[in-house]
Amino acid sequence: MTEALLELRGLSKAFGALKATDGVDLTVRPNEIHALIGPNGAGKSTLIAQVAGGLRPDAGRVVLLGEDVTGWSVARRARLGLGRTFQVSSLALEFSVLRNVMLAVQARESGARGFWKPVRKDEGLRQEALGVLARVGLDARAELAAGALSHGERRLLEVALALALRPKLLLLDEPMAGLGPEGTRELTGFLQALKAEAGMLLVEHDMDAVFALADRISVLVYGRIIASGTPDEIRTSAAVREAYLGDHLHAEKA
Amino acid sequence: MGPEHRRELIVNAVLALALLAAPLIAVTLDEPFYVTLASRVAILALAGVGLNLALGAGGMVSFGHAAFFGLGGYVAGIAALHAFEDSHFIAWPLEIGGSEHMLVIWGIAMAASAAAALAIGAISLRTTGVYFIMITLAFAQMIYYFAVSLPTYGGEDGLSIYLRATLPLVDADDGLTFFLVCYALLAAALYFSHRLIGARFGAALLCARMNPERLATLGIAPYPVKLTAFVLSAMMTGLAGALYAELNGFVSPAMLSWQRSGEIIIFVILGGVGRLFGPVAGAALFILLESFLGGWTDRWQLVLGLILLAVVLFARGGVVGLLAGRARHD
Repeated sequence: MTEALLELRGLSKAFGALKATDGVDLTVRPNEIHALIGPNGAGKSTLIAQVAGGLRPDAGRVVLLGEDVTGWSVARRARLGLGRTFQVSSLALEFSVLRNVMLAVQARESGARGFWKPVRKDEGLRQEALGVLARVGLDARAELAAGALSHGERRLLEVALALALRPKLLLLDEPMAGLGPEGTRELTGFLQALKAEAGMLLVEHDMDAVFALADRISVLVYGRIIASGTPDEIRTSAAVREAYLGDHLHAEKA
Repeated sequence: MGPEHRRELIVNAVLALALLAAPLIAVTLDEPFYVTLASRVAILALAGVGLNLALGAGGMVSFGHAAFFGLGGYVAGIAALHAFEDSHFIAWPLEIGGSEHMLVIWGIAMAASAAAALAIGAISLRTTGVYFIMITLAFAQMIYYFAVSLPTYGGEDGLSIYLRATLPLVDADDGLTFFLVCYALLAAALYFSHRLIGARFGAALLCARMNPERLATLGIAPYPVKLTAFVLSAMMTGLAGALYAELNGFVSPAMLSWQRSGEIIIFVILGGVGRLFGPVAGAALFILLESFLGGWTDRWQLVLGLILLAVVLFARGGVVGLLAGRARHD
């Protein structure tokens, strides 16, 4: 078996008496989309923050590409090969769309180093950034300020920024949120194709997208993973129906 | 290049030429006072260009840049004192005396400012927002009171520089020559800032201001980027301080005071936060108001206050923004 891209071992985080993450074990293997689902307040965001590095776990370990990164900063994890998108778009809004992506390409190539040569005249940087934008279909919007993009376009720019890092593992925090049915369908197709390049940990509320994309699904309830398996196993699991999917499936039948 | 960008270039060129022309005309009219005035504008603009790198580009509202301004001033003052008395700053284990060479003084002023900024920045940048403002103020106040309690170097009364330091090839004692030296250094600092902000480092610094979380997610830690900018910023302001002491032939704790920190912030805000020539416009306007309104009434700062209020409420881009339109990072 190939080594896991991401391995969470006994991850725990409490806020006072609330156990937001309670002994979570989880793996993402290469070329796999592992979806994390769960009702609101299940602790998905807290878990994501611990994987990304913004939040330190109380106990347990985060192993990324074979390295124990539990004590590492957000930036250091990104340099190792972790790309992420945010639940609420997080962009440099005064920059043009293109300059956002150029910064991401630059970050991978040289970080903040480069004190003299103008970025504007850096054709290599520009061309690579335009290439990434073309992949997500934003190349026509390159010169626009990021702040002038529509909600759906901002989501795509988030994906482009993550892709520009050429990540080994992608952390996608509700990428479909606020996209219309058309946008969701397009992004689903895109992520399906992207599997060849990077493994993904996908947090998503859109169950159609989750069941279409995921190779494995883990269900988080009150900070614990109550079930983990293939989409079929999750769909037929009594525990999951009870705790979470029940209402959703009944509603579909009706 | 967009029309707004071209307009800003024209505004910048007009400002640069006006500042150069003023003392040249003053010399032909035999009005040395205005040469000194132009030198003050150039030097204070240089201090503002320094702060603008931290405040405008990096979003670090330092309320303690007088610390570096004063430090540069005291380097010039102390070097002059020991050179004049032929005594030692440190006698053991190393003999370090004074200096009458301006290039040496500039180097030491920038090195001292860099060292101080590294220490102050390393601690202050662990905070943001109003805490950052307060902690930079606190550090500057500490240095202010340290200078007040130094009887060797004049304490509260300050220190006179009896002989202006010298430069190779040119006569720095000549008013116009000294202005041209200050002007050249201001131009160099502007060009350096322009290249730095346009380069990869600048892109990271601007993003650190707009969205530090985004920058970290891309793999660039914001802290070292901001600290580097803070140190470079302090070096420019420190150099300005050394020039200011040479211009006045005097350095005192007033150069380290929080009022001075506030003034440097006013240059930046008045001229246009983050605009390359903002501090030049701001310092020029400030000095003009101070000299001409100040000659007419002691309450000239009332007018300054009103203008500042108008800028903050109606013209966030300051004077440069008013003349050249909105800033763009494309």
